[in-house]
Amino acid sequence: MSDFPWLTVLWAVPFVGAVVTAFVPRTRGELLPKQVGLAVSVLTLAVGVAIAVQYDAGTGMQMTETHDWISAFGVHYALGVDGLGLLLILLTVALVPVVFVASWHEADGRDPASFFAWALALEAFALVVFAATDVFLFYVVFEATLIPAYFLIGRFGREGRAFAALKFLMYQLGGGLVLLAAVIGLYVVSAQAGSPSYLLSDLQNVDMSQTWERWLFVGFMIAFAVKAPLFPLHTWLADTTEKATPGTSVLLVCILDKIGTFGMLRFCLGLFPEASQWATPVVVTLALISIVYGALMAIGQDDILRLIGLTSLSHFGFITLGIFALTTQGGSGSILYMVNHGVGTAALFLIAGFLIRRKGTSLISEITGVESRAPVLAGLFLVAGLATLGLPGLSQFVSEIMVMIAAFDYHWWVGAVSVTGTVLAAVYVLWLYQRTMTGPPTPGDAVMTDLNRRELVAVVPLVAALVLFGFYPMPLLNAANPTVESLLHHVGVSDDDPMVPVNAEEGAH
Amino acid sequence: MDFVKPTIEYSQLWPMLVVYGVACAGVVIEAFVPRALRFGVQTVLAALGLVVALGGTIWVGSNLDELGGGVARGAIDVEGTIVVDGPTVFLWGIILVFAIGGVLLFAERRLEGGVSAFAGQAAALPGTEAERLASTRGLEHTEVYPLMMFAVGGMMLFPAANDLLTLFVALEVLSLPLYLLCGLARRRRLLSQEAALKYFLLGAFSSAFFAYGVALVYGFAGSMGFAEINEAVRNDTDNGVLLLIGLGMVSVGLLFKVGAAPFHSWTPDVYQGAPTPVTAFMAAGTKIAAFGAMLRLYYVAFGSDRWSWQPMLWVIAILTMVVGAVLAVVQTDMKRLLAYSSVAHTGFLLTGVLGVQQASELSDGQVTSLQAVLFYLATYGFAIIGAFAVVTLVRDSGGEATTFARWQGLGRRSPLVAGLFAFFLLSMAGIPLTAGFVGKWAVFTVALSAGAWPVVIAAIVCSIIAVFFYVRVIVLMFFVDGDAADGELAVVTRPSLLTSGTILVGVAATLVLGIVPGPVLDLAANAGQFVR
Repeated sequence: MSDFPWLTVLWAVPFVGAVVTAFVPRTRGELLPKQVGLAVSVLTLAVGVAIAVQYDAGTGMQMTETHDWISAFGVHYALGVDGLGLLLILLTVALVPVVFVASWHEADGRDPASFFAWALALEAFALVVFAATDVFLFYVVFEATLIPAYFLIGRFGREGRAFAALKFLMYQLGGGLVLLAAVIGLYVVSAQAGSPSYLLSDLQNVDMSQTWERWLFVGFMIAFAVKAPLFPLHTWLADTTEKATPGTSVLLVCILDKIGTFGMLRFCLGLFPEASQWATPVVVTLALISIVYGALMAIGQDDILRLIGLTSLSHFGFITLGIFALTTQGGSGSILYMVNHGVGTAALFLIAGFLIRRKGTSLISEITGVESRAPVLAGLFLVAGLATLGLPGLSQFVSEIMVMIAAFDYHWWVGAVSVTGTVLAAVYVLWLYQRTMTGPPTPGDAVMTDLNRRELVAVVPLVAALVLFGFYPMPLLNAANPTVESLLHHVGVSDDDPMVPVNAEEGAH
Repeated sequence: MDFVKPTIEYSQLWPMLVVYGVACAGVVIEAFVPRALRFGVQTVLAALGLVVALGGTIWVGSNLDELGGGVARGAIDVEGTIVVDGPTVFLWGIILVFAIGGVLLFAERRLEGGVSAFAGQAAALPGTEAERLASTRGLEHTEVYPLMMFAVGGMMLFPAANDLLTLFVALEVLSLPLYLLCGLARRRRLLSQEAALKYFLLGAFSSAFFAYGVALVYGFAGSMGFAEINEAVRNDTDNGVLLLIGLGMVSVGLLFKVGAAPFHSWTPDVYQGAPTPVTAFMAAGTKIAAFGAMLRLYYVAFGSDRWSWQPMLWVIAILTMVVGAVLAVVQTDMKRLLAYSSVAHTGFLLTGVLGVQQASELSDGQVTSLQAVLFYLATYGFAIIGAFAVVTLVRDSGGEATTFARWQGLGRRSPLVAGLFAFFLLSMAGIPLTAGFVGKWAVFTVALSAGAWPVVIAAIVCSIIAVFFYVRVIVLMFFVDGDAADGELAVVTRPSLLTSGTILVGVAATLVLGIVPGPVLDLAANAGQFVR
């Protein structure tokens, strides 16, 4: 079965599912397309798990498929997974069914078939993104994800969504076109070096001049910084999460935005090692600004969804910081962080969505005392929130501590600034909890119900994963470590030797 | 004095001659066939002629002689005045494909309730009794078919011309029928006639520039032939000023035809005023023919003088993209929007034209500038003809409704048509998995590898602006609720198979060229270089 095109099947299942879901006759009611969509997403999850089972930790790209696609451009249809890709693929296939269950009634009366179809299309494209080993293929699907995302934001969500969708699209396409210039530049470089090819494995061996490498790095980095997002290219984020449905926000922030940090690891470090080292000071500074600025902005928000969106800015700052600290802890910590952030933020968004649906408002100032009426909702929200602020024993702690160690390794002040991010995270999470969940219940809350069974099915697995990976992160690390090691070997950096006390006398003065 | 009988290679030229033959036959039909039969006869004859010519083009293309070990294919015919080589045949092919699309759109009669989109009697003054009479009698101009066939003939000759005189003749043969066609709209006739007059005056002006430029280049080179001009450019260092001025003036004529800034000002008025089927045909055909001619002129005749015209094209390409993209943002009329977007596309195409490099500078299998431009022309043609065909469907009680206010919420009323239009717009915006993306990629690549990075950066910036106005239309169609308070809303009229077939072919080609562009790219690569 080793020749079976698992990765093609992986994206083809949701893609075909999207088409089928979209064309289920509308006369059959709203339920059937939703059931089809959910079934397809569960099937995709099964394919993802099958791939994970066959995956053999630690030996580069696996399950590779390579076919000529556009030979005139040196473009291949080439897929493969390594540890990084595998974790993000698993995150994607796991989150989509959760989102479907949680958003079961979100689009009722507004053509739910198209909501499910667009979401499945988004899943299909995102899966190709994480499996692509050809830069052109990556670019194509990278851009293609925007179309379903655009329609998800623009058609389902709150008042003002059309503008939010337009802003989202303009930012992303702007970044995408900068990336296009860099991708074209890669072609020119690879053509000058002999025969044009877009395969990652070929491009890694191309000798490019320092100037070219740095310019191309900048092009890639700008696109990924829009995507991730990183200060100062983040302003689309809060608007989008505010207007979109919580389910859409999960797809965007927890899956799609990971493409940014995924791209930094795979392409920026993988293709432009020298330029990555050259750019480290700037990127690290921007990451630190994102961490602190995102957290401060989050504290000041009165809209729950906006707040959660901005916490992600802070978290993506951490992830980027870990990547560009260029140590194995930092790299592995970032990959871990991507997964944990995906799970934790998804839980926060979805529970916040349940809350907003009950209260009819998303303003923190108008919600109090949920705890007494809906203790389960409040409790799960608290766990997810504590995970977000990095409480030991919950998964985000492990990744955060790894990134911070790497940051201190890089320079003490970088570490010091990044720690403030955690402190501020405690402020926004606990303050949010205190203002909305505690206190006397608002009058009229008597009819408010706690989470029902469907909602529990959606979020309990996420919260369980947060606890599980908090105590036992080894499976994730085992997958992430080999990727990071080979990547950093390629970049040409090795971890500093541990400080040995013998040197203490020489160092002291 | 001996008179030598010229040799004419009919075996290679016959596709073009078929088109001219059909055009002449069409004139005869106008004179002798009863009015009631003319529409049917003309339509069938024109479509048949174009299909035969297309078949002939394919046949000629597959029988071209290889030259220089496969670097180029083809031959110089008719005493050195016409070249039938790979690029010529490729351009003939796409011109004929779009001309067939044009005939189908011309022949559409269901949209106007049984009559064509052309004026019943062009000679009748707008608003007079004669016009009403023509309308009630159901008259229509079937002369549009021979006119169109002459234009197609000119379009085929234009990129095949191998000397300046033939080039000029082709330019006029292609332009004059188009001037007339532009003025023949059935509705909004004053606008249409104004467009025709504007187009004619400015076109005549640019032709004068062109003719004067031809004279100056002749003065420099002592010959009209491209090969001799090239020889003169190589060897002659005197009279450089004459050459430069001549080159500049000839360029004015060509840049006018493709609608490059600062010679673009006719585009929005003409595209808006002309009957939409004419706009569709003209937007695709003229651009292809003129770019074909421009490529041959610059690469063959002035190829050795690259350093004189490349910087000029840098400036013009950037200017054209910026003007097209920025002015498109403020448009509120669909046809004008498409016109400005076509100006921006001219800029992108020029980006490809200026990316020419010596064969020795390219590595094996790298995309050439010619290949990129040819491919882009094909993708652009399908998208623009399809988009204008959709515009003909969206109507209110006053005919085609082209203002944005009318298009509000079209996506809710007619999701299929609005979706197809959105798809064409996405292709023009260069979104991946559409043909426009691959075309854009190709022209940007050749420009970047020729070192024109400022142009590429400008092109990227303009692409971002362009995305904005394309997406704005999508927002208008899908996310704005139609509000009857703004006036009447347009609805989609059900077309006959002629228009819907054209649209579907456009969509299919745009999708296929976006996902598997390989075969057409290889075809463009196989066309080889120009035969000198």
